Amino acid sequence: MQLTPEDITAIRLSLQIALTATLLSAPLGFAVAWLLSFKTFRGKILLEVFINLPLTLPPVVIGYFLLLMLGRNGWPGSLLNDAGIQLIFTWKAAVIASATVGFPLLVRSIRLGMDSINRQLIQAAESLGSSWFDTLITVILPLSLKGILAGSSLMFARSLGEFGATIIVAGNIPGLTQTIPLAIYDYASSPSSTAMALSLCLVSVAISVVVLFVHEYLAGTVEKRGER
Amino acid sequence: MRLRIEAEKQLGNFHFNINADITDNRIGIFGESGSGKSTLVHMLSGHMHPDRGEIFLDSDCLFSSSRNLNLRPRHRRVGLVFQQAALFPHLSVSRNLFYGYRRCNKEHRKVTPDELIAVLKLDGLLERGVRNLSGGEKQRVALARAVLASPRMLLMDEPLSALDDGLRFQIIPYLKSVTEQFGIPCIFISHSVVEMQLMSNRILTLQSGRLNEETTPDQLARKTMARSQRGYVNLLELDGATSEGGLFAYRWGEGRLLISDGNSRSSALFELSSRDIILFQKHPEAISARNLLECRVKETFSADNRVGIVLTSGNRQLVAEIVRKAADEMQITAGSTVFAAIKASSFRRLI
Repeated sequence: MQLTPEDITAIRLSLQIALTATLLSAPLGFAVAWLLSFKTFRGKILLEVFINLPLTLPPVVIGYFLLLMLGRNGWPGSLLNDAGIQLIFTWKAAVIASATVGFPLLVRSIRLGMDSINRQLIQAAESLGSSWFDTLITVILPLSLKGILAGSSLMFARSLGEFGATIIVAGNIPGLTQTIPLAIYDYASSPSSTAMALSLCLVSVAISVVVLFVHEYLAGTVEKRGER
Repeated sequence: MRLRIEAEKQLGNFHFNINADITDNRIGIFGESGSGKSTLVHMLSGHMHPDRGEIFLDSDCLFSSSRNLNLRPRHRRVGLVFQQAALFPHLSVSRNLFYGYRRCNKEHRKVTPDELIAVLKLDGLLERGVRNLSGGEKQRVALARAVLASPRMLLMDEPLSALDDGLRFQIIPYLKSVTEQFGIPCIFISHSVVEMQLMSNRILTLQSGRLNEETTPDQLARKTMARSQRGYVNLLELDGATSEGGLFAYRWGEGRLLISDGNSRSSALFELSSRDIILFQKHPEAISARNLLECRVKETFSADNRVGIVLTSGNRQLVAEIVRKAADEMQITAGSTVFAAIKASSFRRLI
């Protein structure tokens, strides 16, 4: 197995992008899942469709929409541009692409966890003097931890593999925005680089296995609470 | 405690409409499933509000549609005990117990944790997780958790339904001692007449979302006698047993009772079905039943094709149940004397 300095940078970037996308999305994913699981409001189905849309759209389409929005002609892009923030073709754009594509997976997992919470626990907490925010932090959050972990792992793994949306909004610039899948794509287009491509594939498999092990370990720890 | 409720709510095809004004520290809400018990519980706890109406607890208004007032559950100070305990599974017993206590204003606190933990015998459980507790332990923890929040009323929503008979009757003394010792009024919801007899003084019976009647446990047991599997269930609290020929002998009224399944160590609670009592007009010559009591008929009452006979001996009373034809043939009337035969094995020890 051989890795070039660019490969090491691609691995570091992949991890950095996946981790940032997951950490930034987790609080919002938790809030959206809470809204969908515990609240009834007009337009709830619309919100569900909107959240889940990236699951059914080709990632390239998502990348193109992001490019339109974050580019100088899109209103979020022009606002950011006025503030001196340039996102397109930076690793931050890759974070946004990964976060957008992985968000429905995160929300679905957290929501599944929340849906399984016995509603009488919420009623008990409220009757014991707990405010809605207090209940959210002391009952709903800890009981959703398994869903949050599962969703975060899924999202992290999905972000590591993100290709279509990333290449459109962040490009494929070695050392700057090139992640593991993009580097493999480059190696795959040259017949002499099979060994390099395979090396990165092995790294990718290793990272995925570690993510799954960490997830299983943490999920097991969460599950064991209350069993002393 | 005075509870005044005038509430109306449409839930799909189910129309809930109740109007009651009841004063007692042990109120029972009785009804079959689908009668509206859960709706009433949710309205009292604040987790559902009526479309129209008012709910008052003593002089405090919990809900009023005309005044546009709906006190949030956390401000109602109504302690909830559910059928399935509903303990926080991620917290230890101790953290479950103190969840409400920590959130209760100091001036409202009227229960000392140590005292309550001792009464409910929870000392050995405090550091344990809740998932491995038995059903009875879970229910005791749930009760303690609700009481430690110093509620002005305990709302017990079928707290014994998920437990088997043995555990159910082990929990009842705890429920009673906690509410009596700490002076917390309670509303006890159940579809069991025996639980109503043990836990309430006044009862509201619900049927199809409406108030059927306000009654007493004894009247409810009489009314349901004919259609209940065990007839009228007599509950006998007896103590001071002595051993006699392999049976336990208890003083009862002017005589004594011989019981197979007794308990010589402490007081015991027995149930005796009205259908397990055989009445004789005259003293029989020989009888295999170990108990033959000379009783006075206090009164009789009708329930469908059955007749309930209220028998007294000293200051104790029992209800026997016979078919109408037997009552006519024996010419049983208030004031007459009869002999009641009961097998020693007919008594079922509950506690």
